Amino acid sequence: MRLVADNLAGERGGETIFSKVGFTLDPGGCLLVTGPNGAGKSTLLRVVAGLLPVAAGTVGLESGGERWPDPAAACHYLGHLNGMKVALTVEENLRFWQQFMGEMHLAVDAALDSVGLGEIGHLPFAYLSTGQKRRAAIARLLVSHRPVWLLDEPTAGLDTASEAQFAALMRAHLKEGGMIVAATHLPLAIEGAGELRMGGNV
Amino acid sequence: MSETALSTKRLADLANPTRFLALAGIVLPWLGGIAALLLAIGLSLGFAAPEDYQQGITVRIMYIHVPFAWLSMLCYSVMAAAALGTLVWRHPLADVALKSAAPIGAVFTALALLTGSIWGKPMWGTWWVWDARLTSVFVLFLIYLGIIALTRALDDPGRSARAAAIVTLVGFINIPIIKFSVDWWNTLHQPAAVIRLDGPTIHPTMLWPLLVSAAGFTVLFATLHIMAMRNEIWRRRVVAMRRLAARRAEGRE
Amino acid sequence: MLALYIRDLRLNIRAGGGALVGILFFLAVIAVVPFGVGPDLNLLARIGPAILWIGALLAALLGLDRLFQADREDGSLDLLVMNGARQMLAFTVFVKCLAHWTASVLPLVVAAPLLGLFMNMEPVGIAAATLTLLVGTPAIAFIGAVGAAVAVALPRGGLLVSVLVLPLVIPVLIFGVSASYGAITEPDPFLPPFLMMTALTLFFAVLGPLAAALALRWSAD
Repeated sequence: MRLVADNLAGERGGETIFSKVGFTLDPGGCLLVTGPNGAGKSTLLRVVAGLLPVAAGTVGLESGGERWPDPAAACHYLGHLNGMKVALTVEENLRFWQQFMGEMHLAVDAALDSVGLGEIGHLPFAYLSTGQKRRAAIARLLVSHRPVWLLDEPTAGLDTASEAQFAALMRAHLKEGGMIVAATHLPLAIEGAGELRMGGNV
Repeated sequence: MSETALSTKRLADLANPTRFLALAGIVLPWLGGIAALLLAIGLSLGFAAPEDYQQGITVRIMYIHVPFAWLSMLCYSVMAAAALGTLVWRHPLADVALKSAAPIGAVFTALALLTGSIWGKPMWGTWWVWDARLTSVFVLFLIYLGIIALTRALDDPGRSARAAAIVTLVGFINIPIIKFSVDWWNTLHQPAAVIRLDGPTIHPTMLWPLLVSAAGFTVLFATLHIMAMRNEIWRRRVVAMRRLAARRAEGRE
Repeated sequence: MLALYIRDLRLNIRAGGGALVGILFFLAVIAVVPFGVGPDLNLLARIGPAILWIGALLAALLGLDRLFQADREDGSLDLLVMNGARQMLAFTVFVKCLAHWTASVLPLVVAAPLLGLFMNMEPVGIAAATLTLLVGTPAIAFIGAVGAAVAVALPRGGLLVSVLVLPLVIPVLIFGVSASYGAITEPDPFLPPFLMMTALTLFFAVLGPLAAALALRWSAD
């Protein structure tokens, strides 16, 4: 299974944000998308996720088979927003996403434990601090299985300890043959990660 | 200690939710017992009372209809007083009192409308007419529901408390309208028979059971209200503890 | 999909959800009418079904603009759209409509007989009006989903949704009210308009979610 983007261009509001972007990602591969603000990092991720139309070029998943027909089906997308309902408890939120997204991976309790929220799963999401909310959103990546993680500033709002914890989760995912595309301006502690510099080429 | 200072201190004592909970624990069984006793006496007297020569047995519904209607207004008055307590004195229990009274008041109002409807069908030949008394009570019911929705709309009790207090006070103008609607407008509903300047126009054999059962329902309301307030205080404590739990979990890691 | 239904139902009923407000709005609309037309019971009995229908229509439109907007604001909508390969997006929309209907419109249908009494309607008329509401109101939710999906990205789309949706639900209103009248007035039939309305509901149950899914797919930015 390979995630391939070739000569990709993306636009937002009729304006081309980036063009001629290409990369290939093999199982276990990690790609860090870096660049200044407005370089199109988020747009690239949303184009790969299928949330924005492709302006030019192609992006696709090779030999994904029946199980992963297109990138959207094979991707976890963690955007700026956490995708959690404040009126529901953390557990209710995660359980919903697990049932809705299918491909059960970790149990909800285990996922919460691995992001250090094991004890507060019964609390409404609204009561959590910003960092806790982000970690709950990260736990969503763990409850269902997707080979590709698309992460947009995943460590926003996390403290140093949680960042290290998250880096460990990412390494574990790569070790299992997963792929990661992360847009960030902070160095993530991943060895052997490729880097895609964006900006200045438009 | 002067008289006013003493009463202020007492009020301050009551303001402490912990004191209130302790006091409620002592008072509640007594209130419940008194309510049950009064209701038993009042309602059995009501069944023993003579039937009306015009209305026959249907008049017996009066012994619950009138107390329900009376309580629907009393409860609103209590809420209006609590609203003043919230806005003027910032009494910490006032908004608890307001919030927990609203559902009870709504139920009493609904029961008053329901029993009135059941009484009205054989008497007036229709379940419902849009006359001044009935309409104003229906409006009161809507106001109750609105206040309930408002008190539950916001997660932060402080903000919703002031909003609910203001709405409650504005809605209070409906209470005199209900009370005097039967005098101001010519309505199908009969005029006041018990509380009027020239004394009651209702026969004593019916008046006494009515008064006893009204007193019984009033005590029942007090009981329910204190219980609801206790629940609300507990609910707020649970919320505070949960927020604390979220913060603690953060601090440990 | 059951999980989505339960989640939306929970969100609607818990604090901050709009279910209770919709019912209140319905009650208030019905209560205002007698003031407007006067307390003439015969007149009220005659216009009763129409008032029930208009009240239910307005109340059903009330919370519709939040149908997708709430999900968009917290990022859930992206995930719902992305999962289209496993859970067809149109079906997701269908389930969301169903949950919206259960939480905010079904209580109105339950309250309708009581309000029918207030309007001095006959028992048969009340039963007919309630039945038509039960069968007809889901169509409002399904059509409304299209409006909600189109307006999801607009900052103040609430009013626009109502303006877009109202003309489309008029056929449902026509058949619903004429079926209610058909049950009480003698020469008019009940069954033909009722069946027409049922057909409309079924038709929009398919078309509405499909169109809304298409709009959602293109509204992402």
